[in-house]
Amino acid sequence: MAVVSSANSTVMNNVEAVRATLYEAMKNDERTVILGEDVGARGNVFLITKDFIGEFGERRVIDTPIAEASIVGIAVGMAMEGLRPIAEIQFADFIYPSFNQIVGEAAKIRYRSNGEYTCPLVIRTPYGGGVRGALSHSVSIEALFYHVPGLKIVAPSFPDDVKGLLNAAIDDPDPVLFLEHKKTYRLIKGEVPDGHYTIPLGKANVRKAGTQLTVVSYGLYLHWALEAAQRLQEENLSVEVIDLRSIRPMDKTAILNSVEKTRKLLIVHEDNKFGGIGAEISAMVAEEALFSLDSPIRRLCGPDVPSMGYALPLEEEFMSSPAEMADAMRAMVKF
Amino acid sequence: MAIKPEAQSKVSLERHGLTDEQLVAIFRTMLMQRTLENRGFQLNRQGKIPFASASEGHEAVQAGAAMAFERGKDILVPYYRDLGLALGIGLTPYEVLLSLFARAADHSAGRQFPHHYASRRLGLHTISSIIAAQLPHAVGAAFALHYRGEAGRTVLTTFGDGATSEGEWHESVNFAAVHKLPIVFLCENNEWAISTPLSKQMGQPDVVKRAEGYGLPGAAVDGMDPVACYAAVGAAMQRARSGRGPTLVEAKCYRFLSHTTDDDDRTYRSPDEVRARRKDDPVPCFERLLVEYAVLSAEQVEALKRGVLEETNDATDRAEAMAYPDAADLYEKVYAEGWEPWTL
Amino acid sequence: MATTDLRTGSLERHGLSDEQLRDMFRNMLLQRQLDNRGFQLNRQGKVPFALGSEGHEALQAGAAMAFNRGGDILAPYYRDLGLCLGIGLSPFEILLSIFARAEDHNGGRQFPNHYSSKAAGLMSFSSILAAHLPHAVGAAFAIQYRGETGRAVLATCGDGTTSEGEWHESMNFAAVHKLPFVMLVENNEWAISTPLEKQMAQPEIWKRAAGYGMPGRRFNGFDPIETYAAVKEAMDRARAGEGPTLVEGTCYRYLAHSTDDNDLTYRTREAVQERRKDDPVPAFEAVLLEHGIVTPQDVAAMRKDVLHETNEATDAAEALPYPEPTDLYKHVYEGAWEPWQS
Repeated sequence: MAVVSSANSTVMNNVEAVRATLYEAMKNDERTVILGEDVGARGNVFLITKDFIGEFGERRVIDTPIAEASIVGIAVGMAMEGLRPIAEIQFADFIYPSFNQIVGEAAKIRYRSNGEYTCPLVIRTPYGGGVRGALSHSVSIEALFYHVPGLKIVAPSFPDDVKGLLNAAIDDPDPVLFLEHKKTYRLIKGEVPDGHYTIPLGKANVRKAGTQLTVVSYGLYLHWALEAAQRLQEENLSVEVIDLRSIRPMDKTAILNSVEKTRKLLIVHEDNKFGGIGAEISAMVAEEALFSLDSPIRRLCGPDVPSMGYALPLEEEFMSSPAEMADAMRAMVKF
Repeated sequence: MAIKPEAQSKVSLERHGLTDEQLVAIFRTMLMQRTLENRGFQLNRQGKIPFASASEGHEAVQAGAAMAFERGKDILVPYYRDLGLALGIGLTPYEVLLSLFARAADHSAGRQFPHHYASRRLGLHTISSIIAAQLPHAVGAAFALHYRGEAGRTVLTTFGDGATSEGEWHESVNFAAVHKLPIVFLCENNEWAISTPLSKQMGQPDVVKRAEGYGLPGAAVDGMDPVACYAAVGAAMQRARSGRGPTLVEAKCYRFLSHTTDDDDRTYRSPDEVRARRKDDPVPCFERLLVEYAVLSAEQVEALKRGVLEETNDATDRAEAMAYPDAADLYEKVYAEGWEPWTL
Repeated sequence: MATTDLRTGSLERHGLSDEQLRDMFRNMLLQRQLDNRGFQLNRQGKVPFALGSEGHEALQAGAAMAFNRGGDILAPYYRDLGLCLGIGLSPFEILLSIFARAEDHNGGRQFPNHYSSKAAGLMSFSSILAAHLPHAVGAAFAIQYRGETGRAVLATCGDGTTSEGEWHESMNFAAVHKLPFVMLVENNEWAISTPLEKQMAQPEIWKRAAGYGMPGRRFNGFDPIETYAAVKEAMDRARAGEGPTLVEGTCYRYLAHSTDDNDLTYRTREAVQERRKDDPVPAFEAVLLEHGIVTPQDVAAMRKDVLHETNEATDAAEALPYPEPTDLYKHVYEGAWEPWQS
């Protein structure tokens, strides 16, 4: 699929989309500061904040000590006192020391002060595998956090959504965990509308229309699901692919409308299956639309192991593929 | 000023610039803290509230530190044993009782444990039960002041000795030192973390000795002496307000009561030990000093105590008469707007 | 190098024999050779990732000499190639790790340089900074608990890791319980792109020791003998039941953080070049030559030997197979498992 810039849009990859959006936020609002490990002189390990420190200065682009609990915790305090911090956890695998500050603090500040204090904070982090990242640079973390009221979680897959959703996350009055699949960083390019715009959190997007099966996904797997659905199209099998975009809140209407139409549901995600995002979607559809279904719901998800291994066969075994997804789709359409 | 009863005639009152009126205000805060605190325990024993926590022994450090706090400017990020500090910066006994009774009119609308106040008006951050969790927030708040160039403002954050063992304590002090932020870390070292004595909390007993390793100044002060605490905390806050960076202040005090109404301290320390430390009780010590130096007469002390008790009684009756939050309030203030995890 | 007194020309050996001095030097040569091999293999497209430890050779060779094989426990981090060699890991094992082969200690699961060897007393560690330090303290507790005097845990980390909460919590616990624990900080002044002055407000990590109630000292980590003396003193103290010590060795990171990093984005080539004058490998070679502990012929033979051993290990490891895809599911728990039970 060739993508070209037009008069009103620019082609960029996901890294460039994150970068452009952060740049715009830094330009437009002096309250915005970025803090994290190696975000300054290095310009982030993926070069997302490259040259920011030169333009915006050390006070706004803060190379923190290696201390993730305080990266989030200090951002909470900044947010409580009127700044609009964007905290970065260098890799999602490093987020665990800050679990207390995210789950126990940020998500509760508004609630526990009855609204007197608020916590408008964005925590960005690259997640996901397929990059030979081994046990500690590959994980998906969304299921550990989507159980938490008070927190919002966004996981865009396309550059235009990255921009619109990151803008929405930055504007949001509550804490948002913004997940960027690192394998899609340079792999996925697309047209991004020029100028400022937001995409509301909690709204899914039908990326491919179809009639015989609904596939719900996000992240790298969304792209693979689209690729698989395209293959099925060539076999005259019609699959609808929904890009969730937001994990909390999640778009019920989009899922139900599609399932009512196709009467079949496949959920595809890289994160572990047991207790994953697909479990909640399955339960919701079973509660709301069980009798619309013509086949059992199926989930194609990460295996129940702690992470993918470094050696190539261990990573390939963990990760699904467009071919495997196509097989699953085919089986369901023909069920 | 070392206020020891057996040596009271020998000590002198070093005022550190405090007027009679300020000294009396400090003393009144101490009396109010103790009275309100006992009220919490009484209400618990009467079965009227399920829980109360205690700060007896912290009156001097809190009243003194509060006197160094500039209302309307500074920010306080305290922990849950800071009743006196909260009172000292302007929280009313009625607000404290609303918290104890978990009424709808409470700042947290009855969501939080007692003594977990928050007041945007006073610059009083919302308190967490999670030890040291407030410290990164305090540092972030100090960063915000510094970032906006708001010279003349500072953050005062407090914690007990147990909190110094948390990773977040370390990360917070380190970050504040690296960025020379306007913040004062005040450790209220009462020697006990629930049942864990200081000797099991750290390998040497002086929190202040950690300051050098972070590259910030440290100051130790007698936490039973409200005027000394005012002076030490005041100097540190002035340093922070003038852009000279953070300070670690350690005030040595003592926890006279159990950790909370749910705790029984006889299971881990002897009543004799506690009794022996009562001789340093800052409330009667400071009272004797003020009377000796004629800042207050005995009659004025009695009048103060009466006034404090009346105010406490009045606050108790008013708060108790107020309504609980509605059950539907459970669903409020999760996000800025009404919410559902599923969007339609 | 403080080891030699420039006026008298004497060498302060701290009890090390000629053979031990040569062993340390060989370790340093091997570390550098293997380190470079990882980077070469990456540039050749044979491995996706490698980590560098150039500049840490003296510190690691010296510290390893203070480690009692068969008794002590090492809890290192991912920049400790030389330490791991020094306590007994072979170049072949290093290459197995770099190639992620099935025979690697962790079955090819982990990143390169993330070794573990129960036999060598080398604890498994992750890429997560400071996460291994509570483990090291727990291991020291186990030694103390069982009354195993004469054993100690040597834990290492970089300067960046000292900012983590887990670093602080580990130090504090070790001090409270007077555990047989040595915290060796390899202060190379850089945490990926973050320089020391953004890591902490004062640059001497050993000064934190007093706040925990344990002794602390700093030494020149470019000097393997001084390192040996400092670490040995701390380890002996720990082994004798006298409690933990914080030792800080100053060194420098000559290479980028890893093959995925480009250090020219945050420091100049000239700044690194300037520090090359202190490079511990040629400096120690000069000391050994000056004192007749090695001849130029010895050095040449050692270099040849080290290269040969590295080449052999590379070929042997490369020829071995990857793990099987089904190995992904092994060792999640003991025995076979499923999240759903029937």
